Amino acid sequence: MNLASFSERASGIQSPVHRLGTGEKLVLGIGLIVFIVALPRGWAAGLGLATAVLLLGVYMSRIPWGEIGRVLLRLEPLALGVSLVAGLGAAGLSGGLFLAAKCNLCILTALLLSGTTPFPELVRAMRRARFPSLLVTTLALMYRYRRVLIDEAERMRRARAARTMTRRRWHVWRMSSGVIGRLFVRASERAERLYGAMLARGWK
Amino acid sequence: MHIPDGFLDAKTTLAAGVLAAGALGVALRRARRELPPQRVPLLGLAAAFVFAAQMLNFPVLGGTSGHLIGAVLTAALLGPSASVIVISSVLIVQCFLFADGGIAALGANIFNMAVVGGVGGWALCRAIEKVGRGRGMRIAAAGIAAWFGTVLASIACAGELAASKTIEWRVVFPAMAGVHMLIGVGEGVITMLVLSAIAASRPDLIGESTIGSRAGEKRPGAEGLGSLFTFGLIISMGLALFMAPFASPWPDGLDKSAESLGFADRETSERSIPTLIPSYKMPGIASEGLATGVAGVAGTTVVFVLSWIGARALVRRKRGALSADAAAS
Repeated sequence: MNLASFSERASGIQSPVHRLGTGEKLVLGIGLIVFIVALPRGWAAGLGLATAVLLLGVYMSRIPWGEIGRVLLRLEPLALGVSLVAGLGAAGLSGGLFLAAKCNLCILTALLLSGTTPFPELVRAMRRARFPSLLVTTLALMYRYRRVLIDEAERMRRARAARTMTRRRWHVWRMSSGVIGRLFVRASERAERLYGAMLARGWK
Repeated sequence: MHIPDGFLDAKTTLAAGVLAAGALGVALRRARRELPPQRVPLLGLAAAFVFAAQMLNFPVLGGTSGHLIGAVLTAALLGPSASVIVISSVLIVQCFLFADGGIAALGANIFNMAVVGGVGGWALCRAIEKVGRGRGMRIAAAGIAAWFGTVLASIACAGELAASKTIEWRVVFPAMAGVHMLIGVGEGVITMLVLSAIAASRPDLIGESTIGSRAGEKRPGAEGLGSLFTFGLIISMGLALFMAPFASPWPDGLDKSAESLGFADRETSERSIPTLIPSYKMPGIASEGLATGVAGVAGTTVVFVLSWIGARALVRRKRGALSADAAAS
């Protein structure tokens, strides 16, 4: 299981784009996405402009093209599928192509943004921008414990599978559900310990 | 069900964003007021839990496999407000780290999965639970609600795609609803299995009182009618906006029989009470779809306010009896 996401691998690179402030990157990235989403059907010039900006951005960010291509490829079935259905229906061929281009450019923008911004930076920017502290705390804790719990789930699943000598579908369902249930119990026990630790460090 | 960017048009994106922000705001406010401080870290851990639980594969037919979505499971375990925060956080991280679901479409995805699916499923779960008693009934209710929550979320998603004129309603609705009726069966079964696994080792976590649990501690999922009303209003606003334009265009039963029996022409144009919104289309708005949508929102608001006033009046009359009931239990 590949635990390191694209963002975690790519956001450690040094480049002029990575050095931009998180706030500026967010404004630029979301601005570009809004621009692409708002493009009315048939405005190919707008798409060309967005493509040029994005390709320049990816080039300057020094993120390997293969990395971006791999994530893009994984999302392609959904993007192309919806565009194909739209193209066969009311939108027509040109409409379908336009949708596919729009969707791909938006994904590329999101990848450039997440590939140049470590998630903890995003959380810090949200805290500075006075997002509700409960949401920011939840996001920060989730990012911190995501891998811990994925590890724990994988260990429990493997231990369970080693002791369950069957591959019958129903048994696998029971087993995996048991792991999920146990995982929730462990997560809430960990939350209790965490609360004690937070109090001990003066959290209010 | 994660909608990527580019498939929703500007007005749908904006409307869904406003609804999602409203729902998240309500959830955060209620959680800040009602969540005991020792449960604050649980929200983050629960979000990480949903993430990890989605990594476990469940084999389906012919080598394919699916995974848990977890919105109704979270709502059943933590209550609607906490689950909206948890599922929204999961969607934010999925969108940022894995590009699953668009950034501009984040509002639509939060509205579909956390609000319509999660809270809608939770409300249904509470309603079904009342039919019987005991742990088995509660777990079965959560399973049925998980099926409904999944299907409801997919219908909301279909409505948004159709409102954006990306795919026609008559194509996207049967496709999305049909597929998710099957996916929902898996979701329901997993939800029931997980809840019974939790009930076997820590029944207090699913709200059953045990010797160890502190007296007077409220069941986590037991939130008041207030949150049901607020989230209900937000959900029905969304349904009115995204789906009202696609309601059947044919005349309703009375109109049809009036036509076939030949008394349709006797419908007078002058009514004893002047109508505010003739034929469910807001006057003064050029686009027909938009006019129907706005009329839907206006109508929803009016019905909501009336039923809220009605409910308040009824509850006030019975408050004495209710508190006596609570004291006795």
